[in-house]
Amino acid sequence: MLLNQFLLLGAVLFCLGVYGVIARRNAVMVLMSIELILNAVNINLLAFALQNGTSDGHTFALMIIAIAAAEVGVGLAMVLLVYRNRRNIALDELSEMKG
Amino acid sequence: MVAQNIFFGIIAALMVVAAVRVVTVRNVVHAALWLVLVMSGAAAQYILLAAEFVGVTQILVYVGAVMVLLLFGTMLTRAQIGRESDLNNKNWALGIPVALVLFVAMAVALIDGIGDDELPRDTARVEVAQISDDIFSPYLVPFLALSFVLVAVVIGAIVLARRD
Repeated sequence: MLLNQFLLLGAVLFCLGVYGVIARRNAVMVLMSIELILNAVNINLLAFALQNGTSDGHTFALMIIAIAAAEVGVGLAMVLLVYRNRRNIALDELSEMKG
Repeated sequence: MVAQNIFFGIIAALMVVAAVRVVTVRNVVHAALWLVLVMSGAAAQYILLAAEFVGVTQILVYVGAVMVLLLFGTMLTRAQIGRESDLNNKNWALGIPVALVLFVAMAVALIDGIGDDELPRDTARVEVAQISDDIFSPYLVPFLALSFVLVAVVIGAIVLARRD
């Protein structure tokens, strides 16, 4: 197996996630795109861990998984709060802070 | 080695197709289910990269917990579950050139910088005991910080989501 095949897979997933963050209007869909990006990073970390023969990448990947779970928890709580106040979770309508 | 490459190809193709569906499909629940496929494929890639513990954790946390959270979020913020027409921004097409340029830049850098380095075939396996030794000695401070983050998240989510 080449190192690059995993890194390129990670790059494809990362770019699809970036596209999703830009294109999506629904807050839950943006959270899903962020999950795609975090998974791409994890694939890269584990590929480099195997390449270098160390276990540090595994620790980093586990920490990223924990942070991602925390991020989804807080993100959905915020989405719920926005929905309760506005009956709508379209991100482009949250423009109160626009000058 | 050949078998590993074949499995890598199959799983990677599945993951890319599923990820494209996640960002293009017009139904939030379908997007969440396609995301399950991406997560499971990522777990399979981790196992292919000799990281079984991280792969199992991926299944438990992502496919188990995060997906249930996302589906609950969908359920609690939507009156109707089904096709919708306004999931995308007005200027969603802007995302395509951004993603393409980003991908081309990363692909050029990877192919130019790493080329066709082989992954080593006979490295010592990373045991779970070694990961725990890592977490509890050199990475103890980040681990403790992470536990504070998790406490803050639990409290914050409750404070944000409760009704007064």
